[in-house]
Amino acid sequence: MDNDLTQATADYAVRLGDDALILGHRLSEWCSRGPFMEEDLALTNVALDYIGRARMFLGYAAQLRGGECTEDTLAYQRDCREFTNLLINELPRGDFAFTMVRQYLLDEHSLLFLDQLGRSSDSELAAIAGKAIKESRYHQRRSREWMLRLGDGTEESQRRLQNALDDLWGYTPELFLMDELETALYELGIAVDRAALQAPWQAAVHSVFSETAVTVPSGGWEVVGGRTGYHTEHLGHLLSDLQFVQRAYPGCQW
Amino acid sequence: MTNDSLQTEAQLNADFQARIDAEEKIEPRDWMPQKYRQNLIRQISQHAHSEVIGMQPEGNWITRAPTLHRKAVLLAKVQDECGHGLYLYSAAETLGISREELIQALHSGAAKYASIFNYPSLTWADIGAIGWLVDGAAIVNQVSLQRTSYGPYARGMVRICKEESFHQRQGYHIMMTLMQGSAAQREMAQDAVNRFWWPSLMMFGPHDAESAHSAQSMTWKIKRQSNDELRQKFVDQTVEQAEVIGISLPDPDLKWNEERGHYDFGEIDWKEFNRVINGSGPCNRQRLEHHISAHEEGAWVRDAIAAHEAKKQQRANRAA
Amino acid sequence: MSHHMKLYEVFIRSRRGLDHKHVGSLHAEDAEQAMEYARDLYTRRSEGVSIWIVNSSDIHASQESDCESFYDPLDDKPYRHATHYQLPDKVNNM
Repeated sequence: MDNDLTQATADYAVRLGDDALILGHRLSEWCSRGPFMEEDLALTNVALDYIGRARMFLGYAAQLRGGECTEDTLAYQRDCREFTNLLINELPRGDFAFTMVRQYLLDEHSLLFLDQLGRSSDSELAAIAGKAIKESRYHQRRSREWMLRLGDGTEESQRRLQNALDDLWGYTPELFLMDELETALYELGIAVDRAALQAPWQAAVHSVFSETAVTVPSGGWEVVGGRTGYHTEHLGHLLSDLQFVQRAYPGCQW
Repeated sequence: MTNDSLQTEAQLNADFQARIDAEEKIEPRDWMPQKYRQNLIRQISQHAHSEVIGMQPEGNWITRAPTLHRKAVLLAKVQDECGHGLYLYSAAETLGISREELIQALHSGAAKYASIFNYPSLTWADIGAIGWLVDGAAIVNQVSLQRTSYGPYARGMVRICKEESFHQRQGYHIMMTLMQGSAAQREMAQDAVNRFWWPSLMMFGPHDAESAHSAQSMTWKIKRQSNDELRQKFVDQTVEQAEVIGISLPDPDLKWNEERGHYDFGEIDWKEFNRVINGSGPCNRQRLEHHISAHEEGAWVRDAIAAHEAKKQQRANRAA
Repeated sequence: MSHHMKLYEVFIRSRRGLDHKHVGSLHAEDAEQAMEYARDLYTRRSEGVSIWIVNSSDIHASQESDCESFYDPLDDKPYRHATHYQLPDKVNNM
């Protein structure tokens, strides 16, 4: 690989690693706060899958970047503007409905995305996708069932589900946004064509929500910016939590 | 009660004790004295509550763990504690009490949990100290409880001990790494041990002579070794571990006693022990409040599940 | 509340070729959810290759009072056990 391509692939891996790290962090905030113990434990399992996924993507990026770069320098020593995760992943965990709707929307996306990434000409990315998609199949099975349960359940659960969907919907277009980096890598067979995933994703999501009392928002607003480091205000606070120890005691082994 | 039923009761009690003395396990459907059942419910639920409340001081550092590896390990460990709480509630439920009732007793203050969790986790080193010392002390107790007389509790303990072996190791590994690090890191590690050493010794409970439930629990083999025996075992094994990483234990009276073949150690501050148990620890109110608010915030989810299940039944009935 | 979630018993086959073994219980809405929670709770360290979920109320257990008629009659058939047969040392590993 020539150097430009190596760096581009590293940037792509950082994006995917940031997505996993930030979502995993949000999910980990549920530990000891779940609605009942079985679910507390199950949510933590999903969080662990994402932290594991973050380590694989960031570890690969670090390897491509070389030098002193490690999964931990990437996670702990970049500031808000250098993080390139999707905005939807960084939103605060909210109530259980918010967390599960976000999870469901992202799980449906992950199934499509990882299936494609599994065919990447970059064998390392393909291998990570191959492992991750197995986890995502299980995540989607869980989150989909929660959509049906909460969508059927009580008036309150339906209201909370609807609110969550309304609050999240405008962040979903970013899932399908291609930019210069990803387009170039797609043409080389490395990256996934996100735009092509939108139609099947819409179909899957609509089909599940049609089984419930909630209505899928018709759109009208969309917020993007994560890939260029233009984040919500929430990310900075997340990072001050995530990075506190390393920032307070720089240059140490932990 | 008639003479006959008194005699039957006495006979049942005698048979029960004979079974215990023969090292046979008691299983859920066996006859057991009402007090044995109550004693077990008290102990198993207190143990379960401790696992669940124990998630909080360590959970406090999940979002701040200093490396991704440490974050994954800590998350897995706190999750294990949730699982252990579940195993234990599940064992308690075989005695005819529901998890919901047990949780209500925790929230009302009727049921206790290990007092150690009323201390705050202030620095990353506390996560090391909790793993090494608090889990270390818990494991000494739990290994002994694998031989407890009630089958479901004993089996839960076997499972828990198998899973906990990594908990203490990861804590010790954190301490070791800190002790090999910068001056600030070593200071952080020593400070954590200074704060957690005595509360860890308190985890074994009052001296045998003063322990309210001990004698009966030993006769029924709910407990297999006394508080003081277990505490001694913990001290003996920990002193050497401390020496290896060059950390000191905050007890001037700690020294090897050749004659006893054990370490002597200083007297626990029982005033503090009682103060914390009775609600004046740094975090008593916070721990309970956290648990209650998570439980209350989850109520609508549990209600939704119940409503969904009821609707599903209705639909099935209509279709039939 | 957990009291209106049903109690399920969980059985795990730890390796192919072995029996399913009772490992504990959990609460869930239905068998499907119980299956998922069993996976999350009881196989966190890959302890299983197969899970059985049984509604706790569907278990019919023998009673302590049945013990004598159930098991004592089986107590007098030592010939069902391999150790009943004393064989020459040379074939002792049979």
